[in-house]
Amino acid sequence: MGLFSIAHCRVAGLAASVPKQVMHNADYDWISPDERVALIKTTGVVSRRIASPDTTAVDLAQHAAEQLLAALGWERSSVGLLILVTQTADYLMPASSNILQHKLGLSKNCMAIDINSGCSGYINGLAVAAGMVSAGSIGRALLLNAEIPSRNTSARDKSTFPLFGDAASATALVFDQHAKPISFNIQSDGSGYDAIMIHDGGMRNPVSAETSFQLKPIAPGIERNNLQLALDGIKVFNFSMREVSANIRALLNAGNETQQPDFFVLHQANKLIIDSIRKKMGENADKFPVSIDRFGNTSSASIPLTLVTELSGVLKSKPCHLLLSGFGVGLSWGSCIVHTDQLLIPTLYEV
Amino acid sequence: MNIQDFIQKVETEFDQITPGSLKPESEIKEFFEWDSINALVFIALVNVEYDVEINAEDLQQSQTVHDLYTLVESKSQERA
Repeated sequence: MGLFSIAHCRVAGLAASVPKQVMHNADYDWISPDERVALIKTTGVVSRRIASPDTTAVDLAQHAAEQLLAALGWERSSVGLLILVTQTADYLMPASSNILQHKLGLSKNCMAIDINSGCSGYINGLAVAAGMVSAGSIGRALLLNAEIPSRNTSARDKSTFPLFGDAASATALVFDQHAKPISFNIQSDGSGYDAIMIHDGGMRNPVSAETSFQLKPIAPGIERNNLQLALDGIKVFNFSMREVSANIRALLNAGNETQQPDFFVLHQANKLIIDSIRKKMGENADKFPVSIDRFGNTSSASIPLTLVTELSGVLKSKPCHLLLSGFGVGLSWGSCIVHTDQLLIPTLYEV
Repeated sequence: MNIQDFIQKVETEFDQITPGSLKPESEIKEFFEWDSINALVFIALVNVEYDVEINAEDLQQSQTVHDLYTLVESKSQERA
């Protein structure tokens, strides 16, 4: 779709939830102490939050949504659209958004759909939700981003296990004739579909007793089975460097924006990628807030989580001009420019 | 770009290399292994500094610091 703009939709509030349990990468004894130091320095992930075995992405999303609904004081019956962006749904079917519609006590007149999108999932979700709200028939919408990637990484895979954390967010969108348009630049390239993937468990490669569960050595420090996340770090890095800053620049140049964004909030993939994109764009570090040190890469929840944990003070108190950018699994990437004004943001909820 | 400048950037980026110890003829493996982290850090460095894209196979074929420099220089010229 590339460049487009959506009018009449305003972001009203934002909430996030994370599990209480903290896992420190300094304790990751699958690799040597020296390797842990190098890993923490390069990825920026000091610790991350891990959901307990009885908690799912749906549970985290429910907590974030409850916090936000309470803060906004919305009647449950007034929510006309619920979008859940996740790649760690409760079941293959039904869609987890249907389960959340019921758990949150939303009306039967609320449309509920899942979107399967990861690193770029906040931007994709925002585009779909804002587009529907903009049409004018839906007054209030909830966009939920919920991920528990810790559940599908191999503890014997140093290229994934120490990177990912669990989190959820809820974003409230309302129809508003006077809202400043949200502008987007969204792209995709499925030729890189295998750069980040879980090989088995779908219909192309169904779960098989013979091949799915066997732990296989891939490289030094990397052992995983076909039901666990595989990530080609160098391929993803090169893709991000090639596409993201160009995507952001095209969006900034296309708009009628006279001022630069106050903040560039990037998907928290890893510190090296964020820093490298920032340097390539010639921007200062204080414009690129980072939460990856305490929460890791939380997939589609990483942008809203960073907004809540790093910027809630300024977002709550005054108008802000934000550039958000997500990039990764798909391959899929996109950016948007959002103008906010005194957002309602409840305190980060710990489950 | 020149090789002294390139060496200085590499020495600054990698803590484990003593500044001034890297020579064009130095064997890379005497200083560090191309493990996934080191490879990523090097790839990031040259991407930001020289605007070139290098993949894992490119790195495996480089034995000396001069090989690395030549690799980056040739990629840089391909772009120009």
